[in-house]
Amino acid sequence: MALSREQIAQRVAQELRDGYYVNLGIGIPTLVANYIPDGMQVMLQSENGLLGMGEFPTEETIDADLINAGKQTVTAIAGASFFSSAESFAMIRGGHVDLTVLGAFEVDVAGSIASWMIPGKLIKGMGGAMDLVAGADNIIVTMMHADKKGNSKLLPQCELPLTGFGCIKMVLTDLALVAIKDGAFHLLERAPGVSVEEIKSKTAGKLIVPEHVPEMQF
Amino acid sequence: MAGLDKRVASYDEALAGLTDNMTIMVGGFGLCGIPEGLIAQMVKMKIKGLTAISNNAGVDDFGLGLLLKQHQISTMISSYVGENATFEQQMLSGELNVILTPQGTLAEKIRAGGAGIPAFFTATGYGTPVAEGKETREIDGRHYVLEPALHADFALVRAWKADTMGNLVFRKTAANFNPMMATAGKITVVEAEHIVAPGELDPDHIHTSGIYVDRIIQGTFEKRIEQRTVKA
Repeated sequence: MALSREQIAQRVAQELRDGYYVNLGIGIPTLVANYIPDGMQVMLQSENGLLGMGEFPTEETIDADLINAGKQTVTAIAGASFFSSAESFAMIRGGHVDLTVLGAFEVDVAGSIASWMIPGKLIKGMGGAMDLVAGADNIIVTMMHADKKGNSKLLPQCELPLTGFGCIKMVLTDLALVAIKDGAFHLLERAPGVSVEEIKSKTAGKLIVPEHVPEMQF
Repeated sequence: MAGLDKRVASYDEALAGLTDNMTIMVGGFGLCGIPEGLIAQMVKMKIKGLTAISNNAGVDDFGLGLLLKQHQISTMISSYVGENATFEQQMLSGELNVILTPQGTLAEKIRAGGAGIPAFFTATGYGTPVAEGKETREIDGRHYVLEPALHADFALVRAWKADTMGNLVFRKTAANFNPMMATAGKITVVEAEHIVAPGELDPDHIHTSGIYVDRIIQGTFEKRIEQRTVKA
């Protein structure tokens, strides 16, 4: 079975470590916050100027001056800080964020990522995605392995305009956990009940498959 | 105005000298932290041909969307411009020139503009459409793009508290682009929620020093929320 959105978030959460500063993108990455293991301290960075993002507010505590990068009203945890956009991206560009999780349309064997623009459709802009992929060393891309017609999104070379060039090393799809190195995808784990053959058939870029591919554990 | 008292009494005075075809910076992230009254004043002034530097373009009936609706903006420099149908239609028809800029690069271009740095190298955007036509350089094995600084004729800033000398304190995530923009305008106009006497703000807690600020006006704010999310 392909992973649900929640399961993708759950598997990403297994990569969190105590004391991490983490930036979660919009969509599935945001759900990772729901699976931070008990007893683990993680600070969530929101690039509009908040370190220490908390849960959604109540009707009583809602504050128009306190939003996240998705423009949703949020709260700040004890120990949080606020800062300007320049300071926020100094944290990101300067490599101070321990883990970045974001979505993508396509990735390729060189570690390039396309996530912001589909020519011919409305172009909304890249927001902070280009800064995040260029600035972070530890990035997990969450995405669908293939489109609804079965066309692979893990490609020999991205076809859409890039968000970043040669910067992605880890991809979690609904079917597999894949590392990118030496110009190839390396299959690390498969979703429970998903065969290596299915993953192979839906990976257009070069895929290295070890003898034993463990199933993800939840 | 007298000495270092930068208060003005009206919005007409606040934006005196702002004319057609000028470049403006407007603080805010989405609708959070925008100078609402200064935007309304620009609508009233009917100035046209503006180049607007702002992270977003507002929504159809609020924020910079109000200026777009009146066809007052000819160029937008932004990182993300979704959620605005007027914008979409003007961009697709070619009426509006849009320069999409990565958010961190945009913030730094403004910071650099205010700090007297003409350009800087960043890895952001290398190998992407953003780098097309720009100088690149390899430094210690990594590729970087040269990004020039941004300046504006007018920087329009929203602050939480200002003293009459222009020292500013921002509130929560309403700070966003406001502190850098305050430094990068030839004329910086601050719309503040509260104006206090000098000495009332703790000098240790001031985010932006008064040296950057030219005019201060007392605002009243609707503070519209774009994505109202509450705990289930």
